[in-house]
Amino acid sequence: MPEEEQEREFKKERKRLNRRTFLTAGAAAIAGTGAWEWLRSRPTEDGALWPLRRGLQWNERFARTYFSETRLAREFPRDAAGDIRPNGDVGIDGDDFDPAEWKLKVAGLAGGPKELALADITSLPRVELTAEFKCIEGWSNIVNWTGARLADFVKKYPPIGLSSSGYVAMETPDSAYYVGLDIPSALHPQTLLAYQMNGKPLDDDHGAPLRLVIPVKYGIKNLKRIGRLDFTKERPRDYWAERGYDWYAGF
Amino acid sequence: MLRLAPKHSVAVRWFHWINFPLLAIMIWSGLLIYWANDVYRIGWGNWTLFHFFPEWFYKSSNIPFRLAEGMAWHFFFLWLFAINGVLYVAYTVFSGEWRALVPHRRSFRDALEVVRYDLGLRKEPLPREKYNGAQRIAYTGIIVMGFGSLVTGLAIWRSIQFGWLAWLLGGYRAARLEHFLLTLGYAAFFVVHIAQVIRAGWNNFRAMVAGKEVVEIEPVSIGVTAVEPVPIESAAVEPEAGNA
Repeated sequence: MPEEEQEREFKKERKRLNRRTFLTAGAAAIAGTGAWEWLRSRPTEDGALWPLRRGLQWNERFARTYFSETRLAREFPRDAAGDIRPNGDVGIDGDDFDPAEWKLKVAGLAGGPKELALADITSLPRVELTAEFKCIEGWSNIVNWTGARLADFVKKYPPIGLSSSGYVAMETPDSAYYVGLDIPSALHPQTLLAYQMNGKPLDDDHGAPLRLVIPVKYGIKNLKRIGRLDFTKERPRDYWAERGYDWYAGF
Repeated sequence: MLRLAPKHSVAVRWFHWINFPLLAIMIWSGLLIYWANDVYRIGWGNWTLFHFFPEWFYKSSNIPFRLAEGMAWHFFFLWLFAINGVLYVAYTVFSGEWRALVPHRRSFRDALEVVRYDLGLRKEPLPREKYNGAQRIAYTGIIVMGFGSLVTGLAIWRSIQFGWLAWLLGGYRAARLEHFLLTLGYAAFFVVHIAQVIRAGWNNFRAMVAGKEVVEIEPVSIGVTAVEPVPIESAAVEPEAGNA
């Protein structure tokens, strides 16, 4: 090929590549922006864009299929425990709560609904646990808890048709705050109905007289001041899951 | 004589341009999450030099009170980010392209020379290779960082299932800090990368989109192959150092 012709060929191809670069970059930018805008304009489902809500649900299925349901959270020496920030007061901020009147109302039991006193919980095997409490905001504190395993609770008060596909619903006495738990997490050996924190009875800010401690979940599931406890087949409503958060919220 | 020669394979170009928006979304949604507990700062005791991040930054970027949203995005796009990264690494391994990317013994010394050259302290250009020492270190480092983000992220996200990992990383809190520091690393990489891309110019950018670059070759005599092609912008203006 004569040199001039090679030169012409080169210039032609360079022009073609320049055009291709502009068109490709432009098309990619438009496609990317379009996909972004599409995703951001999807209707929400419980506060999360529905494709992202599917993502959370998919992650939950993944975790429940492939991860161990009994793997233990790391435990710490008792003296590693410290104070913990009482972050939210939804469900425990009313001044009409009377600790003397408090009863734990339990439903979904084989023996019919029950109203239990704190003594019914403290008479269950007493368990101490020093574990890291992890708030969904990103902070964490090591805290020492004393309480009864929910797993021991169901031995004494057997639910109707307990199965790993079932759920537990818990609410504050005023029903303002409520959480839903999958049965395997609820019956995890470190899930406690706790009545003491760092060796002292729970104070109001931390959910007196009885709260849930579930280290395999974010703090949002660790319901303070349990008023109602219900074993159910239906997936229970969950305060923060209705506000855009993951329902499962497990580690 | 100027000719067009292949530079970046189509696979590498796809991986690169897919990664760009994915990493951007991961960093943005990470910021939405970080805001809810923005405890990191540079300082000592009560004295703070810089707080991550200043209020004006949050406000101007519309970051505050979007934790739930941030988590939903982060835990969706992490899969795409991870899959793209794993495929890229697998591709470079199986195609042999890793040889041009992984630093060799000389790379660290070369990188210093590249920096000296970029700062005008060294006059003569460095010997030609596809990626110079500084690039090899940067492009391999960024992959190691990506792996680090996946590992530290996993230790936070599934801190009980991967409790051993969180423990290895120094605990849950330490893993969160490490995850954050890696993100600062991406920001630093991005600044230098963009500056170098602008310096290197159109020939270099075009190659990342269309695959080919303009090179200067010796005119061929019949039946004899030309010598190793040299990118024209690099050859004429600033070999090596400008390639980003």
